[in-house]
Amino acid sequence: MNETLEKVIEILTDLHEDVDFATAEKLWDSHILDSFDVVTLVAELNNEFDIVIGADKMTPENFNSAQALAALVEELSEI
Amino acid sequence: MQTNILEYLEQTVPRVPDKTAFADENSALTFAELYQNARAIGTKLLADGISGEPVVVFMEKSPAAINAFYGAVYAGCYYVPLDVEMPAFRIEMILDQLKPRALICDAVTEQALSEYKYEGNVYRFSEITGTPADDAALAKVREKQLDIDPIYIVFTSGSTGVPKGILANHRSVIDYIENLSETLGFNENTVFGNQTPLYFDACLKELLPTLKFGATAWLIPKAYFSFPLKLVEFLNAHKINTVCWVVSALTMISATGTFKFAKPEYLRTIAFGSEVFPVKQFKMWREALPEASFTNLYGPTEATGMSCYYHVNRDFEETEAIPIGRPFRNTGIILLDENGKEAEYGKPGEICIRGTCLTMGYFGQPDKTAEVFTQNPLQTRFPELIYHTGDIAHYNEDGDLVFVSRKDYQIKHMGHRIELGEIEVGCGLCDGVEVAGCVYDKEKNKIVLFYTGKVEKAELAGFLKKRLPRYMQPNVIRQIEAMPHTPNGKLDRKALLAQYNESK
Repeated sequence: MNETLEKVIEILTDLHEDVDFATAEKLWDSHILDSFDVVTLVAELNNEFDIVIGADKMTPENFNSAQALAALVEELSEI
Repeated sequence: MQTNILEYLEQTVPRVPDKTAFADENSALTFAELYQNARAIGTKLLADGISGEPVVVFMEKSPAAINAFYGAVYAGCYYVPLDVEMPAFRIEMILDQLKPRALICDAVTEQALSEYKYEGNVYRFSEITGTPADDAALAKVREKQLDIDPIYIVFTSGSTGVPKGILANHRSVIDYIENLSETLGFNENTVFGNQTPLYFDACLKELLPTLKFGATAWLIPKAYFSFPLKLVEFLNAHKINTVCWVVSALTMISATGTFKFAKPEYLRTIAFGSEVFPVKQFKMWREALPEASFTNLYGPTEATGMSCYYHVNRDFEETEAIPIGRPFRNTGIILLDENGKEAEYGKPGEICIRGTCLTMGYFGQPDKTAEVFTQNPLQTRFPELIYHTGDIAHYNEDGDLVFVSRKDYQIKHMGHRIELGEIEVGCGLCDGVEVAGCVYDKEKNKIVLFYTGKVEKAELAGFLKKRLPRYMQPNVIRQIEAMPHTPNGKLDRKALLAQYNESK
């Protein structure tokens, strides 16, 4: 597991201590994450990785798994 | 003189019967349908001997749920909105307090209802709206109704862990709607985009002016408040020109750079409240929508909706707070110091509210009501109640009120009013928790829960999800060895906050 993914999972776990984010999928579609979480996550990820998750990247697909979020973080970090 | 909120509907129906009153993604109701359904519901309740008592509306957020509210009022009852998203434990506590004899549900909530100990009548919305209206029965109820009769109960957080049901009447609600409408300039061309849930008084801002003016209110799907481009698309698709949202909903749009891609083209009236609007975010909004008016609203549920307003018509420094302004017409504000005397001008004092806007207090809790609804200490020669908000404010040089802080451990989180004590009580009920202490990280908007005991964090988090509403869930949970106490034995929240700040 790479560092980004590890950190993303840590941040997610802080939101929901009772979910195993390493394996969980469909986080948004199956209501594990809700709108509160998405807003919190964006702030946390922006802060932690010094990135800006813009409105165009805020889509349900990007919030469906820790892997998708980590990929988004890496994409934005490269710019 | 208007004495009943239903007069808003009755005066509008003949004017614009076929106009859409309330709509969401799946359904819509015209004023004529709303009127017909509400009277059908009222008739059915009356026929079953239900009048002058609470009627629970346990439905998904929808135009139909709003319709059910007015059905209850037609029967001379007061509605109590419950939501499927509320945790079961809270619903049980509310049902236990109210002991209602009537409940209106929909197909989804009827399923959920089987989990509860509820023995009263259950009405399916889609069935009772078919009842033919009994004009005589409805008229008889109306004749006896007074404007001091209650309309609704909404439940707010209580520090002892028991939610408090705040009861508002026709008079306080009409006073609010008239003055709010005048302040924000609503009219029949207003198209509202509702964000707030139906189980708080915040939604009155859209619901009743819609009836009063024959306007239209769109209920925006909650999920859109995570995906700003979709949200703006929704606002534009329905030509929404007026929003009264919590600050966090507005900042979600600005902070994510949405304006680079899309703007809410029709938006002209923007009201916000319940939280401090970060000035940097506010500037982005003003720049994006230079023609729009922005109004900061302030008020406690106990004084019916909002009590004060401030039209923001200048730029603010980043260190400056946007004032809460002045009271609405026919509402009075007194700032009381610690000795119950009027605070010296410019000095901080507790905001106390007087006027017709005062609600009737807490349902079934006379002691709690008497604690905060008291005789006006500045005038003791005849009975006059004021409501003590617990909010500290002062007047600035322009004569506007500026919010300073809370007197107690109540916080505002994502637009919701929360007693930290209620979270602690909820946590204390979990097996394996010894002591719980809660603090709020204002800077990051996080509820931080500390506890001692042998229970695992994950297990406690799972427990709290069933116990407390979503907005009360701690954002951070920390297990500690011992809870810090002040010299006189109270929980030391300052020490907890310091401990948390160090570990960040």
